[in-house]
This record gives sequence, C-alpha cells and structure tokens, in this order.
Amino acid sequence: MNWELMGEALPQLLGGVPDTLTLVATSLALGVVLAVGLAQMRLSKNRVLSPLAYGYVYIFRSTPLLVQIFLIYYGSGQFRPLLQDIGLWTLFREPYFCAILALMLNTGAYTSEIIRGGIQSVPFGEVEAGRAIGMSRFQLFRRVIFPQAIRQALPAYGNEVILMVKSSSLASTITILEVTGIAKKIIAATFQPVEVFIIAGSIYLLINFLVTRVIQFTERRLNPQYHRERSAKAVVKPDESADALVH
Amino acid sequence: MDLTLLAWGDTGWSDEMLRGALMTLAVALSAYAFSILVGSLFAACKLSSWAALRILADVYTTVVRGIPELLIIYLVFFGGGVLLRTVASGIFGFDGYVDPPLFVTGLVCIGVSAGAYNTEVIRGAVQAVPKGQIEAAKAIGMSTGQRFWRVLLPQTARYALPGLGNVWQLTLKETSLISVIGLVEIMRQAAVAAGSTKEPFTFYLVAAVLYLGLTSLSNQGFRRAEVWANRGVRYG
Repeated sequence: MNWELMGEALPQLLGGVPDTLTLVATSLALGVVLAVGLAQMRLSKNRVLSPLAYGYVYIFRSTPLLVQIFLIYYGSGQFRPLLQDIGLWTLFREPYFCAILALMLNTGAYTSEIIRGGIQSVPFGEVEAGRAIGMSRFQLFRRVIFPQAIRQALPAYGNEVILMVKSSSLASTITILEVTGIAKKIIAATFQPVEVFIIAGSIYLLINFLVTRVIQFTERRLNPQYHRERSAKAVVKPDESADALVH
Repeated sequence: MDLTLLAWGDTGWSDEMLRGALMTLAVALSAYAFSILVGSLFAACKLSSWAALRILADVYTTVVRGIPELLIIYLVFFGGGVLLRTVASGIFGFDGYVDPPLFVTGLVCIGVSAGAYNTEVIRGAVQAVPKGQIEAAKAIGMSTGQRFWRVLLPQTARYALPGLGNVWQLTLKETSLISVIGLVEIMRQAAVAAGSTKEPFTFYLVAAVLYLGLTSLSNQGFRRAEVWANRGVRYG
C-alpha cells in the first residue's frame, strides 16, 4: 500500500466532490419537475399526452445513460451550424450543460414512474371523498393525493438518488473532472489503481451513506405517527416497572 | 444525416454496428451468467448461520452498490494490467506492455456489479418460500438435495424472475461502459463510425435504437418466462 500516494490523492479527489454534488443536485432538482409533469401526463386520460409520456419513459429507461450523454454532447456537433444560428451552440459546447441535461432527462423518466406509483397508491375512496365534500382539483392534489404519494414514493426515490450519485460518474467521459474523472487521471498517471480506488470509492460510499440517512430522517419526519408510537412506549416503561414494584 | 452511411457491406456501417451489437450481447450474456453465480453464492452467505459470511456478503453488496461501475472498471482494468505485468516480468522475464483481456475485464466488472443486485433478488426470493413447505418436505423424508431441487429451487426461480429481469436490463445497459476501455461493442463501434464520418448524432442514434431493440426483445422473453414459471399457480 502506497500511503504517500494516498495522502496526495485524497485532497485531489476531494476537490472533485463539489462537481459531483452540483451535477447530482442540479439534475435531481430539474428532474423532479420534469417527472411530476410526465407523471401527470401519463395518468391523464388524454389520448396524445399519455402515450407520449409512456414513450418518453420507455425510451429513456431502455437505453444506456452513456448513449444519452454522447448523443447530446457529441451528437449536437452534427447540428453545429443550426445551433449556432439559433444561439444555442454556446450551451451545447459546454460539457457541464450536456451532462446535466442528460442526467436530468434520464432521472426524470425514472422518477416519473416512482411518482406515478405513489399517486396510484392513494386509495380511490379518499379521492372520491375529497370530491364529495367539494374540493377543487388543486385542493385534492395538495391535501389528499400529494401528501400520501410522497410518503409512498420516498424510499424508491432514495434509491434513485443513490443511482444518480453513481450515474454522475459518467460525466467524466465527456471531460468533466468530478471524483471519477480525477480518479482516472491519477490512476493513468501513477498506475496505482488500488490506492486511488479505495479513496474515491470511500468518498462515494460516504456520500451515499449520507443520502440514505437524509432519506430515513425525512421518512421519519413525514410519518410522525411512528415516531410518536416509539416515544409513547418510552413513557410507558417506567409505569410498567412501577407496577412491577407494587406487585 | 446521410443514410448511405448505413448501407450494408464495405461502403456503410450497418454490418459493423450489428457486429458491435453481437459483442454487446455476448458480454451481457456471459456477465449475467457470472452474476447469477456470484449472486447465488452471496445470497447463500447472507442466509448463512455464520456471522462472518453474513458480514462478508453485506460488505460486498453495500460497497458494490454504492460505488460507480465506472470506478470498478478502472480498478479491474488498470489493476489487472499491473498484476499481469508483475507476473509477466517476475515469472517469465517479459518486460513488455501487457493489457488485460478486454472481454474478460468487462465480464468480471459487469458480473460483479450485477451480482450485488442479484444477491438481494435471490435472497428475497429464497426467503419468500414458506418455511412450512421445507418442514413438510423434511417430514416426508426428502433428502437435502431433493428439498433443494423439488421444493426450494422451482419456487425461488418463480419469485426471483421479475427481479432477475430488471437486473438483466441493467446488465445490458451497463455493458456500454466497457467501451471506455476499448472493447468494440455498440458504443465503441458507434464512436469509431462517428469519428470517421463526422456524423456522431446519426451513429449514437443507431446505437440507441440497437439498445432499445435488445431491451425490448429481452423484455418479451422475460414476460414469457414469467408466464411459464407461473403456469401452475392459481390466482384468487
């Protein structure tokens, strides 16, 4: 084990963390907006919108993310004159823009299915009850459907976030130096793959550990009834022991 | 877009792209077989009564599922290279540059990565088989082998199929990452074609269509397999 190299590689690899996190956070935030729209389209009875959303989701889930990234980053070069004419070339020239666009379109497809599952898990009787007492469509969504759908969807969304942390490593294939990109650079220069892998791998494991923690915490906050049960039990215990003393 | 580029034979790229697709399929199939082997092994570890084996399997699934596949590919490719060179110069006195075989590197990387997901799928499926059935099999005097082949395996396979189908899709898509170390499968072939024709969009689109075709076809296959595996099950 080359400790000296590990000492040098650590700060370099940590330097890639902000890029990794920016890629993940930006594409997740944009992806959720896209996903909510797609899920609404998919669940609507419109005969154009629903198949359109289905087709989108199907295509993005059936092709590798790498193809999507290359199609946007390298593929846009084929339409350079056109893109220059409409002033979009400055965007598509940027690897960051292309990576975030691809990651966002990709996570949007997966997340829309998670949201759809969440919305469909809400018992229809509750929706009917909401309608019966005269809630508007927005009220119904805001007060009945959304709060329950989000609780149902959260664990699956946690997995999606972890997949995105891993997927962001593909940005290194289009010259972005996030954690994996830097790791590859150091490996290629030093030929010490094991040392670099241990540090870079630990960084990813740590990020994903924190992600699962945040998701667990949010789950507990969204389901206070479980939390209350537990604290109620804690209160009960002294009484039990008191009972035992009396007997 | 110049469609004559997609002609069959020496003038176009269709035959090359299709050959790339066959390579993708070959890597995916062998990696998948490997991943089921690895997955079964570690699922057995997870269900073992030995704490050491359980911890080993937990570390495997946690680490592999939490680290990007690309990083694993770099580790195996460059690590394998260093290892091979050490062996070549240490034992055979050969001082040249040796690269690890690309196909095997791809097979191992994708197999190990998919294996972690298959571990969980198989563990869940084994646990879904009701304990009472195993007890009943014991009660009527079945041997361990008979219990495995007649009671556990057919039902585990049925419960595991949907999950195994998902992992197959994942495997198929993940093979695209092997292109970064130079194995000529769909993505690499598309990059080569894009480079020499200056039409990257056309060829990455062809690549996307090929992947779409492969996943759609195998989806159908898995759906049929599920119908077959559930043929003896009555619902309701």
